[in-house]
Amino acid sequence: MTDFEKEIREQFPLLKNRSTIYLDNAATSQKPRCVMDAVEQYYRDHNANPLRGLYDLSVEATDAYDDARATVAELINAPKKEDIVFTRNATESLNLVAYSYGMNFLRNDDEIVVSIMEHHSNLLPWQQVAKHTGAKLVFFECDERGYLDPNQLEKLCNEHTKLVCITQVSNLFGRVNDIRAFARIAHEKGAVFVCDGAQSVPHIPVDVQELDVDFLAFSGHKMYGPMGIGALYGKSGLLEKMPPFLYGGEMIEYVTRCGATYAEVPHKFEAGTVNAGGAIGMAEGIRFMNRVGFDKIESVERELTTYAYEKMTNIGHVEILGSTDPAEHHGILTFVLEGVHPHDVATIFDSHGIAVRAGHHCVQPLHKHLKRMSTTRASLAFYNTHEDIDAFVETLSHIRGEMGFSD
Amino acid sequence: MQQSSTFYNEILTDHNMNPGHKKKLADANLTLEGVNPSCGDDIILNLKVENDMIVDGAYEGDGCAISQASADMMLDLIIGKSKDEALRLSDIFMRMIKEGISDEERDELEEAGVLQDVSHMPARVKCAVLGWHTMEEMVRDGHTMSEGDIL
Repeated sequence: MTDFEKEIREQFPLLKNRSTIYLDNAATSQKPRCVMDAVEQYYRDHNANPLRGLYDLSVEATDAYDDARATVAELINAPKKEDIVFTRNATESLNLVAYSYGMNFLRNDDEIVVSIMEHHSNLLPWQQVAKHTGAKLVFFECDERGYLDPNQLEKLCNEHTKLVCITQVSNLFGRVNDIRAFARIAHEKGAVFVCDGAQSVPHIPVDVQELDVDFLAFSGHKMYGPMGIGALYGKSGLLEKMPPFLYGGEMIEYVTRCGATYAEVPHKFEAGTVNAGGAIGMAEGIRFMNRVGFDKIESVERELTTYAYEKMTNIGHVEILGSTDPAEHHGILTFVLEGVHPHDVATIFDSHGIAVRAGHHCVQPLHKHLKRMSTTRASLAFYNTHEDIDAFVETLSHIRGEMGFSD
Repeated sequence: MQQSSTFYNEILTDHNMNPGHKKKLADANLTLEGVNPSCGDDIILNLKVENDMIVDGAYEGDGCAISQASADMMLDLIIGKSKDEALRLSDIFMRMIKEGISDEERDELEEAGVLQDVSHMPARVKCAVLGWHTMEEMVRDGHTMSEGDIL
């Protein structure tokens, strides 16, 4: 192990205390000690219901929650912290946009463009919007290497296009999509651009102003934070005109017997007692990434990905999906081992203490597009080591033999 | 708990690689498709039943080794048995996976007994029981597909 690997792993209790080789980081990341401590410290020393109490402790809780929002805003270069709405996860963020924006501003004859590689969380909400408004869902297909061509999007968009919803990094290919170009095309047609950042924000610098996206959704738990907290960035003009998503406490100004005026953005979208502990944990996860530095995160993950990619391609009967350039995988290596079902592959990995994902990875239409029933996926984070990859490759090279193949 | 890597033993892999019953059955009178969406396992089970006896059976489809081998081992066991006996054996198999059974009961399952360890692998239970579950629906409830049903 390199000094960097040792120093990083020292900070993750689970990685220190278990022998599990964890290669399912696209599903969720492990949590560093500092995140657990930050959450514990909040509940131990500062807990009160934020945003409403007229006493010191609640003001402290409110400040801590607000600071967390500022940290999230800074990470993605949002113009101001009020552009960040805390949610449970990226799925809820996308549902918020679908229910609050899509259901209210789309009409019959409108069109929603989604890419074929969307996670179900950036597809099913739009299916619902289409069903309830009469809008039409239009699919933007990729080539077999997972490339989405802006020229193709240009052809799919027209004056009926009202929403374009595309992930920045596919959870199957790991490839970074040209979001800036897609957003520009959407805006030229007067459409709103929704970006799923669940797989990009934890691994690459994301700047919402540079990309010019209207919405960006991401989860805390994939970026070293706790589960149950995520964020939605929205351009303030859009958030202002959208009605609330959930109704109840902490999102109102005045309430009468038959109506209410709503609180300012972002509180309008955060009904009920908020997940302050989660938000504080998410912010600490971001500070942890900032301490390591995105340059370092990217370079370590690229190097590990390339190391794994090259070793995997030396094993016979392994086909890695997506780009043939490992630099375009960002830690995600989805593959097929000829003759062995992915669930059997994952079970054998498990018997060697290696955690990988198998199945359709919540992208069933993409599997159909690629004419695959299911696949196996190894996904890396910067705390993985060369030893992890060696063990993974060693096991992979024996699986066909274990399943009765002679070569 | 980690599984022993010997889970994929020779009996299981042999039924998967060289299945005895993975073929068409021209004179089947019961046909049903079973699908396990989590794995994408898909089998079409065909049985020929005469006077409450399962006189022949076969399956077609795709899926993981556990689903395919389990269906093949099941057919080894039930062909030539009465419907009631097939259901009794299926009940033993289901209990083996879900709660555990005696050694004597396991012996009754013959080779299918090698799937006992699936009881420790919750994500794979559906794969192991797919063929059995499909057979139960056909034999007990008389579910079958007629020509023209969309597969």
